Amino acid sequence: MRTIRIGLWAAVVALALIATAAYFLVKVPGPGQPGTFGAGSYSLVDGNGGPVTEATFKGAPSMLFFGYTHCPDVCPTTLSDMAVWFQELGDEGKPLKAYFVTVDPERDTPAVIKDYVSSVTDRVTGITGTPEEIAKIISAWRIYAKKVPGEDGEYTMDHTASVFLLNSKGEFEGTIAYQEASSVAVEKLRKLLAKA
Amino acid sequence: MNKLSLGAAMGVSFLISAAGIAQAHDHAQRVGGSAMVMAQADAGDNKVAGMDMAAPVKLGDLEISGPFARATLPNQPVAGGYVTITNNGSAADRLVSVTSPAAAMVQIHEMAMEGDVMKMRELPDGLEIPAGQSVTLSPGGLHLMFMKLNGPFEQGSKVPVTLTFEKAGSVEVELPVMPANAEAPAGHDQMKM
Repeated sequence: MRTIRIGLWAAVVALALIATAAYFLVKVPGPGQPGTFGAGSYSLVDGNGGPVTEATFKGAPSMLFFGYTHCPDVCPTTLSDMAVWFQELGDEGKPLKAYFVTVDPERDTPAVIKDYVSSVTDRVTGITGTPEEIAKIISAWRIYAKKVPGEDGEYTMDHTASVFLLNSKGEFEGTIAYQEASSVAVEKLRKLLAKA
Repeated sequence: MNKLSLGAAMGVSFLISAAGIAQAHDHAQRVGGSAMVMAQADAGDNKVAGMDMAAPVKLGDLEISGPFARATLPNQPVAGGYVTITNNGSAADRLVSVTSPAAAMVQIHEMAMEGDVMKMRELPDGLEIPAGQSVTLSPGGLHLMFMKLNGPFEQGSKVPVTLTFEKAGSVEVELPVMPANAEAPAGHDQMKM
């Protein structure tokens, strides 16, 4: 009996340790845990061919969105939403930057992404790069991006649709969900700007 | 001893589920619209909202109302189209194919948010329109996916589509092109402000 009891307790302790380890491993980092979520090194380009690296997101608070131009719904909507938020913020939003990073670098060349983004607003910078470098920023921000093959060689992308909010150190501060009410989104941006 | 072990085991499982919750929590986002099957009563307010809403197009027991498409952004070679299909009959029908001179390919898609991930899929078997119900294709959910566009969708223009149903046959409908972020057909207050 005693052996069984010790064995059981050992199992319980082992399980507790595993659970604790699992908790820390899977916990999604939030603000106050710099250096993990979003950390990475990549070399990308903006629509004008200018360099974009992890350092680009430092120096000003920003919005970061991952999408692609062959996207009928979420991406044009989010871009238009961003334009509305900038309008609502007015002068208050001047320090705020915004980036649209493609998850489909094969089709979204710098020229394609530039035209696409700038047709909606001049406040958002389109970003693309080689598939390898885009994979690095996707992995840094733990973005879900998956190619879904369709007919005739066409494909669509499943992808994370939230807008990430970064503080002026380039660290994750929160998200704006897809189709979140404009008033809520603007309030989140005001808070982000107040911290900067 | 049994009680003690049980308590400890419960503590462990609590820790495990707490770990799960911690992960799920940050991803808990608004669940976007998937298939919206609404009661028929809703179809009526298209007429009330009026303005330049086109009258519903009838095809047998089916009524197609509230058509619109969204303007494309430059270099956006795909577009979304939306309609409400009401089945006044006593048997289900099915939208099986869609064609348009505006695009080389039109598919019936559903879009759904899984956590904060947008997932889009073709409905290879088409879309069932249950008897006595309305099915609304709307942004964030079901849509007609225009692929390989023959040209951009410009706001103010109209995109003709032919909808083919399993039982009712085919009908042509024109989709007025609304702004790129329009949420609903003209006559509804569509701007999210």
